[in-house]
Amino acid sequence: MSDRVYKVYSIENGTVIDHIPTPMALKVVKILGIGSGGMFTLGVGFQSKRLPGGKDILKIENRVLSRNETDTISLIAPHATINIIREGKVQEKRRISLPESITGVMLCPNPNCATNMLGATRKFRLENRDPVSYRCHYCERVTGIISENLVSPEK
Amino acid sequence: MNSFSGRSIISLRDMSVSDLWRIVETTGEVKTGKHPGLLSGISVASLFFEPSTRTRLSFESAVLKGGGSVFGFADPGASSQKKGESFADSVRTVTGYCDAMVIRHPVEGAARLAAELSSVPVINAGDGANQHPTQTFLDLFTIFESIGRLEGLCVGLMGDLKYGRTVHSLAHAMSLFGAKLVFISPPSLAMPPHVLSELTEAGVSFSVVSSPEEARDSEMDVLYVTRIQKERFGDPQEYESVAHSYRVTRETVGVLGESIRVMHPLPRVDEIAEEVDSLPNAIYFLQAHNGIPTRQALLALVTGGLS
Repeated sequence: MSDRVYKVYSIENGTVIDHIPTPMALKVVKILGIGSGGMFTLGVGFQSKRLPGGKDILKIENRVLSRNETDTISLIAPHATINIIREGKVQEKRRISLPESITGVMLCPNPNCATNMLGATRKFRLENRDPVSYRCHYCERVTGIISENLVSPEK
Repeated sequence: MNSFSGRSIISLRDMSVSDLWRIVETTGEVKTGKHPGLLSGISVASLFFEPSTRTRLSFESAVLKGGGSVFGFADPGASSQKKGESFADSVRTVTGYCDAMVIRHPVEGAARLAAELSSVPVINAGDGANQHPTQTFLDLFTIFESIGRLEGLCVGLMGDLKYGRTVHSLAHAMSLFGAKLVFISPPSLAMPPHVLSELTEAGVSFSVVSSPEEARDSEMDVLYVTRIQKERFGDPQEYESVAHSYRVTRETVGVLGESIRVMHPLPRVDEIAEEVDSLPNAIYFLQAHNGIPTRQALLALVTGGLS
């Protein structure tokens, strides 16, 4: 059987997110809130020298993610690489870093927090980079990144 | 320029050392009668979504003695929450009726949320296990009033260090003034690791012991005692196993030295023997009474009554 020309088809315009640890690509789709509209292509479980457990690739068509959105990806894929594509060419290679603040995409693990009890908007500020922890804006508890607590952004 | 005017007071984490000094100094002025009628014409809403007799009475007394007026409710059963109104709608409505709002709520972060929804300053009178900043302000004022300084003191915190938000906040505040801290508790009620690691990161010097006598060499200036809160224990047997595990007596005070000040946020159960009350070292009733000038000062600062 001959090799396929493409494993994941290239895009003309949009954002390519590479080096997402397998199987976190769907989680990235979730926290970016892109699952309900627009076109994206997902590749899961590619071999990677950098990521021994394999990598996922996400290509989002016709949408350039903001800096804040790409930084949010670092919560679950700290080594992800971002390429912004315009007219089929890489226009920008973007580094990501932990966001100083997170809004909407992380649930506070404290059940008695105003975000869980009174409908306050979920907001956190970066508390520590190593190990990574964030402080809830409302209940002031400190939490690490728990994958299960990452959700689609609040509308 | 009054940096407090219009400002909500939600958490110790929002306060700088100069903010704390401002509150302590203003409280001293209020207590010595420099600002009579400082809350004249000020209307304060007192919204207690959970019962708290002591804090509520202290706030309401502070407003009335300062010449202001106060209205509100003492438990959520008396509010429109019972009719199903959301917390946010209650705050948005009451903000139009008053010049400042005092809120106690069992949910952590409720006061912060209220401050974001309110057009008048909100003062947090306790939000669940999170913050109760005015208790810390009156504690700081009492320490300053009786010792004459806040910097470089040695403060022992004794009792329920695990659940007590008062001791967490006081530890944080005293660390801003370069205090050395001594934590005294049964092992099951020790200071939580996250508080200890915060203090370590801030370079605060502290020690952990299991009785005040063990700390005699620390030359403590203040012994701050807290009640073991029965309501925090699901298991009555577990409560009984630690409930009477420490008690400050005249003998304890004798061991710790003449200059030790004994404080307590009250109410006490039996962790300080009544025989201590008459000693000059016992300043817990003075501390409770200092809630009045402290809250008057704060309300006057945030409503612009003092500039």
